[in-house]
Amino acid sequence: MDGDIGGGGPEGFGIGARATRREDHRLLHGKGRFVGDIKLHGMLEMAFLRSPLAHGRISGISKPDNARGLVFTAADLTGVKGIRADSALPGFKSSTQPILADTKVRHVGEPIAACLAESRAKAEDLAEEVRVDFEEIAAVHDLRKARDSSAPLLHDDWGENVFLESAVDTEFETAIQGAASVVTRQYQTARQCMAPIEGRGLVAVWDRTLEVLTLHSATQMPHIVRTGLAGCLGLDHGQIRVIAPDVGGGFGYKGILLAEEVCAGFLAMTLDRPIRWLEDRREHLTGGANCREHYYEVTGYAAADGELLAVDCSAIVDAGAYSAYPFSACLESAQVASILPGPYKMRGYRCKTWSVATNKPPILPFRGVARTGVCFAMESMMDALARDLGMTPEAIRERNLVEAAEMPFTNITNKYFDSGDYQEALARAVEAIDIKGIRAEQKTQGGRSRIGVGLSVFCEQGAHGTSVYHGWGIPMVPGFEQATARLTPDGGLELRVGVHSHGQGLETSLAQIAHDRLGIAPDKIKVVHGDTAYTPYSTGTWGSRCIVMAGGAVAAACDALAERIKGIAGHLLQGEADAVTLSGGQAMIGSAAVSVEEVGRTWYLKPQLLPETVDPRGLEATEGYKTTQDTGTFSYACHAVKVRVDLDLGHVELLDYVIVEDAGTMINPAIVDGQVLGGAVQGIGTALHEEMPFDASGQPLASTLADYHLPVASDMPPIRLIHMETPSPLSRFGQKGIGESGAIGPPAAIANAVNDALAEFGAEITQVPMTPERVLAALSNAGGGS
Amino acid sequence: MKPVAFDHQFPASLSDAIESFGEGGASLMAGNQSLGPMLNLRLARPEKLIDLASLSDLRAVEETGTLVRLGARITHAEIEDGEVPDPTGGWLREAAGHIAYRAVRNRGTIGGSLCHADPAADWVIVMTTLGATTILQGPSGERRVPIEDFIIGPYLTVLEVGEILTAVEIAKPGAGARWGYWKYVRQVGDFAKASAAVHIDPARGVKRCVVGALGRQPLVLAESEAVLDGSMSVAETIKGALPDRSGTSLAQHVVALERAIAQAMSDGGAS
Ligand SMILES: Cc1cc2nc3c(=O)[nH]c(=O)nc-3n(C[C@H](O)[C@H](O)[C@H](O)COP(=O)(O)OP(=O)(O)OC[C@H]3O[C@@H](n4cnc5c(N)ncnc54)[C@H](O)[C@@H]3O)c2cc1C
Repeated sequence: MDGDIGGGGPEGFGIGARATRREDHRLLHGKGRFVGDIKLHGMLEMAFLRSPLAHGRISGISKPDNARGLVFTAADLTGVKGIRADSALPGFKSSTQPILADTKVRHVGEPIAACLAESRAKAEDLAEEVRVDFEEIAAVHDLRKARDSSAPLLHDDWGENVFLESAVDTEFETAIQGAASVVTRQYQTARQCMAPIEGRGLVAVWDRTLEVLTLHSATQMPHIVRTGLAGCLGLDHGQIRVIAPDVGGGFGYKGILLAEEVCAGFLAMTLDRPIRWLEDRREHLTGGANCREHYYEVTGYAAADGELLAVDCSAIVDAGAYSAYPFSACLESAQVASILPGPYKMRGYRCKTWSVATNKPPILPFRGVARTGVCFAMESMMDALARDLGMTPEAIRERNLVEAAEMPFTNITNKYFDSGDYQEALARAVEAIDIKGIRAEQKTQGGRSRIGVGLSVFCEQGAHGTSVYHGWGIPMVPGFEQATARLTPDGGLELRVGVHSHGQGLETSLAQIAHDRLGIAPDKIKVVHGDTAYTPYSTGTWGSRCIVMAGGAVAAACDALAERIKGIAGHLLQGEADAVTLSGGQAMIGSAAVSVEEVGRTWYLKPQLLPETVDPRGLEATEGYKTTQDTGTFSYACHAVKVRVDLDLGHVELLDYVIVEDAGTMINPAIVDGQVLGGAVQGIGTALHEEMPFDASGQPLASTLADYHLPVASDMPPIRLIHMETPSPLSRFGQKGIGESGAIGPPAAIANAVNDALAEFGAEITQVPMTPERVLAALSNAGGGS
Repeated sequence: MKPVAFDHQFPASLSDAIESFGEGGASLMAGNQSLGPMLNLRLARPEKLIDLASLSDLRAVEETGTLVRLGARITHAEIEDGEVPDPTGGWLREAAGHIAYRAVRNRGTIGGSLCHADPAADWVIVMTTLGATTILQGPSGERRVPIEDFIIGPYLTVLEVGEILTAVEIAKPGAGARWGYWKYVRQVGDFAKASAAVHIDPARGVKRCVVGALGRQPLVLAESEAVLDGSMSVAETIKGALPDRSGTSLAQHVVALERAIAQAMSDGGAS
């Protein structure tokens, strides 16, 4: 970490300031511009005929007679390649996701025909008239049955329904010797939809003069979409420009290349007309990519004093029908294997994973990726071991968490925990939720409800780079990050970054970093992002990487620009560049000062004032950034929750919620708060509400938000945030990635609280969401509760 | 998710509406809170949409010494806010305030709710428990149908083609009347998973326990009196009346009725 933090400070706009988000004025006043706001002359709306079946062979397609030329099927997509995202890990089986299904459909909602009309309603009318003949095939709908020898095959040439299988074993057999407690459980997380407020959407435009395809897309990764699109359409990168306008939430859902994007790009070029497609809620729920569905069989081994000896796990990830670009069908399972040990020390570890193919939409990394499921499994197991040993949940955690004195610590799966005090986070959460008070309250309770308290502790790797992602085998490996800093002739600063903000407040936090480095007034700093034509290449906004990577790159570019400004200022002040300092928009040598604005004006418009020897590179710098090692920053948190369980209804009510969180140096604490709170709301959704059920024929059973239950404001308890601030030694300012953290802890903490409440009945819940039905089933399986 | 094209009509009078509706192929539209989603999902595909917004007859409200007549196009929000008389002195306002959330209540109407006859809807069980009377106008004139005969199944009423619900009549409870209404919703804005309502009106000889959200019209318990005087247990009665229910759902309905009874017997249950 650099200690040379310049101007600004917590009260101003610099690093650490609780600055109001600058983009909010636009976004909260309805002045944002989203894909749905784009209307172009001659634009056609696109709707899809989507597969009504989960699994079937297409034996014939007939287009409506009146609409030839406006309806397109796979046969029309000349030269277009399907989407492939191959993992480099040995044994991976490759899938090709067709742009429009040709011979076979593999999940409900898969696009079969694209229909164009002046309005969406008319395009949907056309889609209704397309006739498809299918031979239905039995569907694989249950991740636990996907590997049965009798299971039908999704990809005929595979011979099985497994994308990838993995196994690790570190000292397992040795470690379990003499275990006093051995506890086995099955844990399951439901399949979820990510449900950003704005769905996916795109407008594709072909410019026949420039021969450039411009894709306006609601994406969080414009450069990666460009690379993927170039591959599928056989175009050069130079022929594609991707523009992401304001994006209304992403959470990972806006991190994949869509078949719809490829299809629209092809049709815009072929027809030479702008084409728009806006995903509707039903398409999102029933046909869009999903997330989260895991199944674990875990055995925990502990010594009598609570020492965690080893964990043994078999995990299955339901990866759906195709490997989605660019994260692949294997990121989740690779993460399961490497992250399950959580923040704990242990002597031995064994984990097998299967990433299975089923007749469901592809799975994608959703905020927290595999960590939410992993944390639920591991933290539930810690409580199960504690109950078995007669320990408290806080005691068993304290016994096994990596200690501050051991930092940096390399854990059993070679994760490098960079800094922090996990035990302190635990202690603060235990104190803040008042575990003692709750235990006392529990002793006197009666009637038909019970209160309980639950904890979860976890760490979140963020901004991890090349070696980590290469090790996980995904086809897109992040390396560096770049930014451009440009002083304009009026002394303004333009920052150009390849990441994209889809709600994270990057227009503010990156400007804070620039302000900190250059002292330029906040209202003169403009963050330019979301356009491949203007910004340096970047893998985009994902993996809690932006504030570390793009923040580091902005600082590096600003520092390079500062040198250039100082050079010109030195000439103007008739002194040495080295002697110049920048502060408050002024370049100074002692008491002599020239404004940065004057420096800009001189360079661009009055070069006659500068000597022949002036540095000709001018006032624009593109610089790159990498963390000092690419193992990632590890933020961490402890969630503590108090619940009341209604024994008659199975209803779980959240009474109090505490999050102790360490994001390292906070560039903007208000944004950190927002990220953690927003994530926690989604985690509460995972814990209590969100589930996309499928029937045995692979039909998704929740096609509207009346059936797919998102968390709502009235479900939220007061959430109290407590910050710790241990700088990361790996990042520029000590900041750590924090974007996903909030969504990781809630299912585990809430399940532990429910299980605490139900402990007197011997009931335990091991599946999320914890619906009333599941809570009552847990009670009745235990023969208690009444 | 856009509707199939339709002809949007604004009839000048109730009789025009009845005539146009009688020609077939049409749907009536009140607040559009239930119809709208079905149009968008293309589950409803009417050629004509007859908008009831312009018909002032359906917004008429009348109060007499013994009853209140609410026009079918009175909204949930108007009842919640007390902009129309509440014959029960507050029970309707309370129930209205817990239908969906405010945006839906601003548009949704009491008539639309009863005609839609969602088994889990609030007015469906509340009006059944209060013994309301529906007033229908059709090609062959007016008929008055007790609510229990009006809703005859899930999403099913006795309305015939061309017939429009114009108003609902609710009797004012007598002295000492009691009321309880409890529904289980997991989240604000959800339809009830289980619901029950209780009405005791000694002056009018009413003792009613009604169970709702059953996937059919509300069930008026034949044993209401015995349940209320405690000679039959709620659990046994509901189990007996609903032999095909699963454990969890049955349990939730038992809780609903127990809590509705407890409410009626509490201080808050009096009129
Ligand atoms: C998100 C959401 C949550 C909801 N939650 C609840 C809830 O918790 N509890 C609850 O009770 N309801 C709930 N509703 C439904 C809401 O109360 C609707 O307002 C109500 O069901 C229908 O009333 P409407 O005026 O909107 O009718 P419309 O949607 O306009 O019409 C519904 C049906 O009734 C017919 N119809 C309407 N008026 C007449 C009439 N006068 N004569 C004959 N037929 C007529 C229509 O043709 C249509 O078939 C919810 C709705 C939404 C969108």
